Parts: sequence; structure tokens; C-alpha cells
Amino acid sequence: MKVKKKHTREIAGIIILFLFVILLENISGVIPGMPAILQPTSPLFTVLKKAAVYSLVAVSMNLLNGFTGLFSLGQAGFMLLGAYTYAILTVPTDQKAQVYYLFGGCAFDFSLPDLFQGIFGNTGVGSAVSLILATLIALILAGCVAGFFAYLIGIPVLRLKSDYLAIATLGFAEILRAIFQWQKLGPVTNGANMIKGFPTFSSFNITDTTGNTILRLSTFVPFFITTVCIILIVCLINSSYGRAFKSIRDDEIAAEAMGIGLFKHKMLSFVISSFFAGVGGAMFAMYVANAQAKAFTSVMTYEILLIVVIGGIGSVSGSVLATFLYVACSEWWLRFLDSEMYLGSFKVPLLRNGFRMVVFSIVIMVIVLFFSEGIMGDNELNLAGLHRRFQRKHSAAKKERE
Amino acid sequence: MEYVISVLLSGISVGGQYALIAIGYTLVYGILRLINFAHGDVFMVAGLLGIYMTATLPISVSLPLVIIITVFLGFAIERVAYKPLREAPRMSVMISAIGVSYLLQNTATYVTGGQPMTYPVIPFLSDTVNVAGTQTKWVVILTPILVLVLVIALTQLINRTKVGMAMRAVSKDFETSRLMGIKINSVISATFIIGSALAAVGSILFFTNYPAITPMAGSMPGLKAFVAAVFGGIGSIPGAVIGAFIIGICETIIKGLPSSWDVSVFSDAFTFALLIVILVFKPQGLFGEAATDKV
Repeated sequence: MKVKKKHTREIAGIIILFLFVILLENISGVIPGMPAILQPTSPLFTVLKKAAVYSLVAVSMNLLNGFTGLFSLGQAGFMLLGAYTYAILTVPTDQKAQVYYLFGGCAFDFSLPDLFQGIFGNTGVGSAVSLILATLIALILAGCVAGFFAYLIGIPVLRLKSDYLAIATLGFAEILRAIFQWQKLGPVTNGANMIKGFPTFSSFNITDTTGNTILRLSTFVPFFITTVCIILIVCLINSSYGRAFKSIRDDEIAAEAMGIGLFKHKMLSFVISSFFAGVGGAMFAMYVANAQAKAFTSVMTYEILLIVVIGGIGSVSGSVLATFLYVACSEWWLRFLDSEMYLGSFKVPLLRNGFRMVVFSIVIMVIVLFFSEGIMGDNELNLAGLHRRFQRKHSAAKKERE
Repeated sequence: MEYVISVLLSGISVGGQYALIAIGYTLVYGILRLINFAHGDVFMVAGLLGIYMTATLPISVSLPLVIIITVFLGFAIERVAYKPLREAPRMSVMISAIGVSYLLQNTATYVTGGQPMTYPVIPFLSDTVNVAGTQTKWVVILTPILVLVLVIALTQLINRTKVGMAMRAVSKDFETSRLMGIKINSVISATFIIGSALAAVGSILFFTNYPAITPMAGSMPGLKAFVAAVFGGIGSIPGAVIGAFIIGICETIIKGLPSSWDVSVFSDAFTFALLIVILVFKPQGLFGEAATDKV
């Protein structure tokens, strides 16, 4: 009974979060005269969307690095696979000639949104259903392609130990990036140019017949997808597979002695992590509204790794919290460091383009060196526990007063 | 024929430059078991220092200064970012190295304003010379010779001097050499100093022959030099040098293939493919010791 009760509370929390996000992005449309921060162009929504995307990738990396103890640096490569799979499958047929104009059109004449619009019609509810179905299937396929390639590269590479695994996966990501920029594959990948024109998060905003937005869902959609994926990952971590992963992380030899198949479980973790990295990559393509191999460099992997470290290696909620903090700082709160500032007639020194990232990387180094546990260590955020602790303190203080 | 010679020449030159970086990797890895991700960025910083120094000082002063400052930078990085983590798991040290690399790149972006900087023309090195009918720069000829001299000096240092003996002892067994009274910290610092000095020399040679320096210019040569070190057998200096020459030559050959094939985009990817193949089939590398804990 108790278990069931706990879950209803969590489900309620998630639903409240969703409603809050929808409210947040629609409030400026419903009530006029809201402050600029709630307008759709505000950096708040950029941060929320980007952080939602990144937190999925960070959690997927944490599954591998924090829970299985496999130090892999291939995340950007799997994101690239996901982004391209999604983009190639969902560019509408009538846009293809324009997107692939350098290569005289796309090699294959197929597009998921068109396929479903053929079935459900392209107006009203029909177009909505086909958009949702097309995106959903493309996202799952994006994950599958990333997972499949992870399986292929995992066979030779997963036998390597810590830093060799890291450098091999990093190399694999670089190889993928080169392949996707190859002009000979242009009819499929559009060479080194970007693919665009596919459905993005803004495509989910509901408009009326005159084109006015009546309900914004562009922030809700990434939240929804990420939440579903993270719930799946958490379920995996809490299952017997998750316990096997953790035992491999803590002591490979002991885990093997207890009858855990090392290779099988490492592969499972690697493929699943890459699956979600692929989904995250597809969402990243939706967020920036294009897919381009140039974006998925090793710097991106480092960024995600640092997020995982800040949040605490081995903590899902830590990764999510750290992502929101990291993205908010880098995209919004520390922006002022990049522009010159005057206090009266005094020009504040050092403030110039790029200073934000310097401050930021120093903060990261301080965290890495002095707070290596990160925000959460390997604990999970537990609202009920916090509440209980607060109550205990409260009652203790009360007792003291008496 | 002339084309073949020019491709080979520049391949050997590029390989020599990688070799100078690769030695830094292989020394540090041999002792700390750490992939020093920041090493490529130290190389980039040395390049930027070269630009800023030569702008104000004469070349005869600025180039030694570049080497000294780079050495100090390498030393400081080890003391600040790696030494506090000596007892921590290997993953934490590697994350710290990635953090340092991120910091150096961002600082370089801040200082340069993100603009590509052109390297100054160094007299003599940038002059052209005629070899077997192909025009090339002196730096291309000099690099392999200089690399050979430095490598011989380094192997002498490692095989003949007390510091060298301490380095070999530490790389064999960290704990035991500590018990034998070797000052671990000074040995590690010496390694970083040698590595950074070689990276500084490498950066002078590399960027003389290179159009511009961007804040990201160090990461790719750095990774390739690491692959060279793995290829030659990590911990082995001759191995790193030979690996670097092979990778440099292969890379220039790929870049020099007919443009209708359009494979120059794979010049970086080839290096990593080579890495994966080596790790899978011969993880100890060409000259590495067989008994390591890589796999």
C-alpha cells in the first residue's frame, strides 16, 4: 500500500510541474501586461527548453559514467546520430528540394509527417495527430539508430578500461562527425551544410485558422519528452539491472564473482545510454531548428560531462538540477559579464566578450577540485525527506524553547 | 614525383611536431596514468604567447621567454589541478584535466576576442628552400632533425641521470619508489616541465607553418599526439616519436589525395580509426610493455 501511495504523490508532482510549465508560457498571452520575463521571447524559455534537452543527455551520460562506471566520452557522437536521423526522417517532401539544393534533392523521397498526413489529413486534429505520431516515431528511431551504432562500436571498445575507453569513444564521435560531413553522402546528410525545415518545438504551438497562437506548448514538449525518458532511466536504475550496473561500478571482479555478466551489462548500459543520447540529440536538433555535424564537437561532450560532475556523479536529480543551473548561468544570469558596464563614470574592468566563460570555467574548476561530490553527491533529491527533516528540526527547536 | 616529395616532406614535418607533443603525453601517462587533456591547450597557449611576445620583443628574447612561460604554465597546472587529486580516483583527475582544458580555451577566447591570430614570420624558419625541385620552408626540413636531437637528449636524460632514473622508477611502481625515498612530487613536476618545454618548441615549429591560431587549435593536434603515443606504446619515447611520424605522414597523404575523391575530411577521423584498431588488436602499442592494465 505504502509503495502505491508514494507513486501517486510523484505522479501528482509531475502533473503539477507540467501544468506549471504550460501556465508559465501561456500567461503572457492570456493576461496582457505581464513583465518582459514572461513574454515568449524571454531568455527564460530559451533556458527552460535547452535545459530540458541537456538534462536528458546529462542523465543518460550519468547512467553510463556514474552508475555503471564506464568513462565514455562519445555522447556528442550519439547525439549527432540522433539529430540526423530525426532530421532526415522528418523534413517534409516539399521542402527537400530547397534543403538539399546543393545535391539536387534528397536521395530518398520519404518523410514521416507527410506519410501520416496522407492518412489523417493535413488540417485540424488530423495534422496534430500526424505531427505527434511522426515526431514520436522519429524520436524513437533516432534513439534506435544511436543505440545500434553504440552496439557496433561497443563490441570492440567496451573491453577497454577507463581512460582508454574514454579516448576510444571520443575518437568514435570524431569519426562520425567526419562521415556526416562527407560531401559524397550529401544526398542523405546534406554534406557539411545544415538540414532544416523539419518540425521543431514551436511546431507544437496550437494556432487558430488565422495563424494566431492560442496555446503555446513549445516549452512543454521538451519537458514532457525528457520527463518520460528520465522516468524510464530511473526505473532501469532501480531494477535488478540497475543494481548490477552499480555493482560493476563499485567492483568489477566482485560483481563478476557474484554471477553478473560483465560484458552483457556494460553493453546494455552503453546501448541504453546511447539510445537516450540519440533522443536527446534529436531534441537538440528540434531546439536549434537545424541539424549540423559541426555542432556536435567534443566540447559538447565535455560540457555535458562537467554538468554531470557538478550535479554529482551517480545522482539523477543532481544531473537535472545541475543542467538547469548550468544552462541558466551560461545563457542568462552571467550574460552581464560579457558586456561592458559602467558604475557612474567608473568602467568595471575585465568585462568584455568572453569573460563569462572564463568566470564560468574557474567556477567549474573550483567545484571539481574542492567540491568533488557536486551538488548532490550520489544522493537523490527527496522532497518528502526534506520535509521530514525540516519538521524534525522544527520540533527540536520547539522542544528547546520549552 | 615532386608532388610525392612535397607530401612526404610536409608529412615528416607534421609528424615531428606531433612527436614533440606526444612525448609530453607519454611521459605524463607513464608516471601518473593520466591522459593530460590540457596538454594540447598548453601547446595552443604557447602559440598565442609566441604571437604576443614577438609583437613587443625581439625574436631572440621572445622565443626563449615563450618556452619559459609555457614551462611555468605546465608546472602550475600540475600543482593546482592535479596534485590535490593524487589520492582521488583516476576519473576525477581526468575530469580535472578536461576542466583545465576548458578553462585554457575559454581564457584564450577571451584574450584574443575569438579572432584567429596569425603567427609572426620567424626569419630563417619561414624562408623557402628548394629540395629536389620542390619549394618548401626551412622549418619543414629542420623539424625532423630538431626532433631527433631532442629525443636523443631526452633518452640520455632518462637513461643516464638521477632524475631520469627516478622517472623510470616512478612509472614502474608509484608506491614502491615512494618508499625508496624518491620525492614523487618533484619527479612529477620535472615530467610536466619537460613535456611543456617540448610542447612550446613544437608550437613554434607547428604554427610557423600554419595559417592561424584559434583557441581550439590545440585540441586536435593534442588528441592526435595522444593517439601517436598510444600507437607507439604508451610510456615509450621512441614509440611515441615513430607513432607521431606515421600519423603525420598518413594524414598528409590523405589530405594530398585527389580532390575528386573528397576524402580530406577524413584526415582527422583516420587517426581515431587507427586508435580504435590499435586498442583492439595490439593494446600495448608498437613498443609498449605487454604487462599493462589497459584491457
